Amino acid sequence: MSRPVLQVTDLKKIYGTGEATVHALSGATMTVHRGDYVAIMGSSGSGKSTLMNILGALDIPTSGSYLLDGVDVSRLSDGQLALARNRLIGFIFQAFNLIPRTTAVANVELPLAYAGVKPKERRRRAMEALDVVGLADRAGHEPNQLSGGQQQRVAVARALVTEPALLLADEPTGNLDSKSTDDVLQVFDDLSAAGRTIVIITHEDEVGARAKRLIRLVDGAIVTDVRQSPIHLPPVGAIRRSAGRAVVAGRHSL
Amino acid sequence: MNFFEVVRFSLRGLNANKLRSALTMLGILIGVAAVILLVAVGNGSAKTISDRIEALGTNTITVMSAGRGGSSSTALTRDMADALIDPELAPDVKSVSPVVSSSSATMTYEGTDHSVATFVGTTPTWFAASTTPVGRGSAFTSDDVDQGRRVVVIGKTVAEELFPGVDPLDKQVTVGGALFTIVGVLDEKSSTGFNDGNDTAVAPLTAVQQVLTGYGALTSIIVEAANPDKVDAAQAEVSTILNQKLDVSSSSTSTPYRIQNASSLLETQTETADTFTTLLGAVAAISLLVGGIGITNIMLVTVTERTREIGIRKALGAPRRVILTQFLIEATLLSVLGGGLGVAAALIGAQFQIVGVQPVIVPSSIGLAVGVSVAIGLFFGGLPAARAARLRPIDALRYE
Ligand SMILES: Nc1ncnc2c1ncn2[C@@H]1O[C@H](COP(=O)(O)OP(=O)(O)OP(=O)(O)O)[C@@H](O)[C@H]1O
Ligand SMILES: [Mg+2]
Repeated sequence: MSRPVLQVTDLKKIYGTGEATVHALSGATMTVHRGDYVAIMGSSGSGKSTLMNILGALDIPTSGSYLLDGVDVSRLSDGQLALARNRLIGFIFQAFNLIPRTTAVANVELPLAYAGVKPKERRRRAMEALDVVGLADRAGHEPNQLSGGQQQRVAVARALVTEPALLLADEPTGNLDSKSTDDVLQVFDDLSAAGRTIVIITHEDEVGARAKRLIRLVDGAIVTDVRQSPIHLPPVGAIRRSAGRAVVAGRHSL
Repeated sequence: MNFFEVVRFSLRGLNANKLRSALTMLGILIGVAAVILLVAVGNGSAKTISDRIEALGTNTITVMSAGRGGSSSTALTRDMADALIDPELAPDVKSVSPVVSSSSATMTYEGTDHSVATFVGTTPTWFAASTTPVGRGSAFTSDDVDQGRRVVVIGKTVAEELFPGVDPLDKQVTVGGALFTIVGVLDEKSSTGFNDGNDTAVAPLTAVQQVLTGYGALTSIIVEAANPDKVDAAQAEVSTILNQKLDVSSSSTSTPYRIQNASSLLETQTETADTFTTLLGAVAAISLLVGGIGITNIMLVTVTERTREIGIRKALGAPRRVILTQFLIEATLLSVLGGGLGVAAALIGAQFQIVGVQPVIVPSSIGLAVGVSVAIGLFFGGLPAARAARLRPIDALRYE
């Protein structure tokens, strides 16, 4: 088998000092291979977001090692980290994190701008990504003019627009109704079928059920790690549908 | 990502935060305009003062009695004045004009009274020495002085008060119970301070002594040097002659008279004006500082939001260099634009009189004001950005 996309070993994250110490992660170890579709579940405060932030190279662990595509992230320079975040990873925040007073389409364009894509091409791809999440008609709206679910979908579009090889999503359907949830998951299924690696955090069992692998976190430690479907086949959601509409074409690969 | 794109990002950033941008610019604008304008006002008033003193004549020396009350030992006399006209002992003296003046003379013409602020009795040389040319008519002559003829040259104010719409020449006015014939009207003079320089009348020394002041001491003697470079030489010659006349020993430190010359007056006045300018400059600097604190305040208030924004941008893969450039360009645009508008406002403001003074812009104040404001803008705009760009994205996102 090829080298894993993600490999974390004995990952620990400790917040605070003395009395107020919180062990957000207490020795998590896991390996994710290319093309896998992993759902992480666990109660609130179990350390899911903490783990995801480290996987997205946004935070560093207190101890333990993290290899991204075989490279030790702690050894990367600021410039290399920026490159990895921009080209390799698509990150969807639990709190959306859109830039205020900036239109939806400008928000979605942002990662493309940092990747050096020309303005015209940028606009076209941003509109496409917004179309995928069903928000093409809201492109000119600013975040405070959008509902929570719409903001979340803009955040999803922003993560998809660079067509990243690795998609990290922190509760991407937390604010969505079942219809929108289904639409977004459809996009994920298509991406997975196209060979992308996906890690998604969720509280909803039906979302977890569509992933190829389900990991449960309790108090910062992985307690179960179940394979639900083979890694080399399309996810159940994509099989269930007829030939999936190939919304997102492959560009990067690990 | 090329530079042009980063500039576009900065413009979009400024546009997205219009109120913040406007307030920051306003702060810089006011600071810069205040500094330039206040310094210009100080400079303008200094210039006005020196212009006026120069108009008094820079090649004259005024001799005044040091003692008050005119005791005979310290009094200036006609005799002394005559002694100063001496081609041997005082070769640098061009003319000597003894002066008596009265500030309580009332001039009457056909039932209209006017109290003349300064009624001067002197000799014809006075007109040239005090740079007070006669506009219409003519000055009186030395013959008039010798004969004690009652003729008078009046200032503009007096002419307007007593002869509204009437030609004052050859009219007869009553002063101190005696009839005087008006032979001339002085040119209009710029006023020095609170005294109206045009509220004056000039008559032959002898006539004024006879009618108004009596034959006592002179008020002053105005000595005109041959040229402005000879003022100091003339002053030395004058003191030598006066010391001789008044029996002042050369070792004595105090003299019974005082000598004033316009250039020394100019020096003290310029010094005073410089102090004034410095003071105004200090006030202006404080206003710039306060403006700067205002800017800092606005910037600090938005640091939280901006830090979060930087966190998002870093998470999306923005290199530190691009973020820094964007925020520095934003800060530069704001401060340069604000500074430029401030300079424009000051230049426009300098076209108008401010508290009676025509401001004169000091070029270095423009450089200083703009420099300081740009520095403040860059520092307080750039510092938080530089700090935030160094943070890990997650820490920037959590910043409060
Ligand atoms: N910056 C921080 N400082 C201190 N403690 C923190 C910090 N961030 C997270 N924690 C703590 O770490 C633990 C794990 O937090 P985390 O955000 O990973 O939870 P989560 O599993 O994502 O929860 P949720 O499902 O509610 O999003 C929590 O107990 C939280 O209080
Ligand atoms: Mg969370």
